[in-house]
Amino acid sequence: MLEDLFKTVKSRFDQDVSSEKKSKVSIPADLLFKCPRCNNVIFMEDFVGANKVCKECGYHARLSARERLDIIIDKDSFVEYDKDMTSKNPIGFEDYEQKISSLQEKTGLKDGVVTGECTIKTKPCVIGVMDSNFMMGSMGSVVGEKITRAFERAIEKNLPVILFTASGGARMQEGIISLMQMAKTSAAVKRHSDKGLLYITVLTDPTTGGVTASFASLGDIIIAEPKVLIGFAGRRVIEGTIKQRLPDDFQSAEFLLEHGFVDMIVERKNMRRTLSKLLRHHGYPGLTNAQ
Amino acid sequence: MSSLTAWERMEIIRNKNRPTVRDYIPELFKDFFEMHGDRFYGDDHAILGGVGSFKGTPVTVIAEVKGRNLKENQESNFAMPHPEGYRKAMRLAKQAEKFKRPVIFFVDTPGAFCGVAAEERGQGEAIARNLLELSTLKTPIITIVLGEGGSGGALALAVCDELAMLENAVYSVISPRGCASILWKDASREKDAANTLKITAEDMVEFGVAESIIKEPSGGAHNNFEMMAENISDYLEKTIKKLSKESIANLLENRYNKFRKIGEFIE
Repeated sequence: MLEDLFKTVKSRFDQDVSSEKKSKVSIPADLLFKCPRCNNVIFMEDFVGANKVCKECGYHARLSARERLDIIIDKDSFVEYDKDMTSKNPIGFEDYEQKISSLQEKTGLKDGVVTGECTIKTKPCVIGVMDSNFMMGSMGSVVGEKITRAFERAIEKNLPVILFTASGGARMQEGIISLMQMAKTSAAVKRHSDKGLLYITVLTDPTTGGVTASFASLGDIIIAEPKVLIGFAGRRVIEGTIKQRLPDDFQSAEFLLEHGFVDMIVERKNMRRTLSKLLRHHGYPGLTNAQ
Repeated sequence: MSSLTAWERMEIIRNKNRPTVRDYIPELFKDFFEMHGDRFYGDDHAILGGVGSFKGTPVTVIAEVKGRNLKENQESNFAMPHPEGYRKAMRLAKQAEKFKRPVIFFVDTPGAFCGVAAEERGQGEAIARNLLELSTLKTPIITIVLGEGGSGGALALAVCDELAMLENAVYSVISPRGCASILWKDASREKDAANTLKITAEDMVEFGVAESIIKEPSGGAHNNFEMMAENISDYLEKTIKKLSKESIANLLENRYNKFRKIGEFIE
């Protein structure tokens, strides 16, 4: 299922390929972005300037945690939690430590989620952003612990929690310990909820497996980015069971909206404003108005 | 039997004569009445639930149902629940809370069902909701893993105060077959994966996931059903007594901490 996710974006949109638009001019590849959905080629600078949304087809490309924070939170407002937390190898899984350390070097991340406190248009909140560049955002001890602590700190400080999810699910390299993180995080969500505090989840590409089956599905308000993959089981697993190809929009944000599991689909360019307004509706005035 | 590998234990629990919850219920609970349906969509036969008497104490029993033959397995979807199964479980657990009786979950599943209808009806949400609600359910919860504890499909009935594994039962985040196919692109190496993943009853006690191991007759539960049922009965009697002495506030605090402390990391 994990490897499946790396291919999903492409294969899901294979159908609407319009190969006519390929550029024939020879320009270094890193200056260009070719949309995996519509195959449109645009300058990387323009693509990044549009927060990595393809202006042709509206495809919302995956963002790193840092890129996400940059477009959502107030500048310089971020105070990171548990920044150095890193995973052990609880079941002695072959090559796990090496895999972790090479990914740490490559991504500059310690694990699959960044958590902390910030303000969004001056409204304070606890925020967590998962990063699919780190082992597909899979949840092991570090992700589970950081998310649990984020909720516990939000309880102490009476703050709302906003989580951007992106995950292939539980991290099999940590065996049963990773499964237990689903129970641990969900129990922390419950405590936070019982205090009457707001929890918003924003489902981004991809949100699947054990993360879908725990905190991602438990927000008071569940938002999704357009067209992203959201589901419990891997697409190939289901196709293997039913022995037929699934429609392209299966497990898309729109599919979940239609079936009643998502409150709204919000485009990236409107996300910051939407979150800020929702925070206001739930009684989080801004620091300047706070008593 | 402690020298058996995870794979050898998996072969024991796959024995076609291994007793299922359908065998244990009449043996352990008097006047058992099964209740049906989740009140939203339908009745999932992969999970059964109801009320009965355990040595004079009313209890709610909720269980994943392995079949004893092909026909039973087709009816119970090989114990792979759909969302309505988890929602039925939650409804009956809430009923137990209302009437102040303990909940006994029996886990025995390859995992939550992976299919189109399961996705359409929110498999992820159904499991997540159980994890959240069970974490503060105000009544004692005991989970016994009878055979296969398959990932989220098992965990949805395993947020509990005490978890016991039958001696040869396994509990895993991913099926060894699934793990082998991702890791080595070769599902036939499931034996290697089983022995790598640390899925036995002893492993569960070591990780703090299980509190107890219920001894099986030599060679496995199928070799002496009466003895197996008696061992489960002894365990339940002792554990219900112990949990009933706790205040609800303590129970919930301990339940939170049971899961809270699981995780290995460096800061």
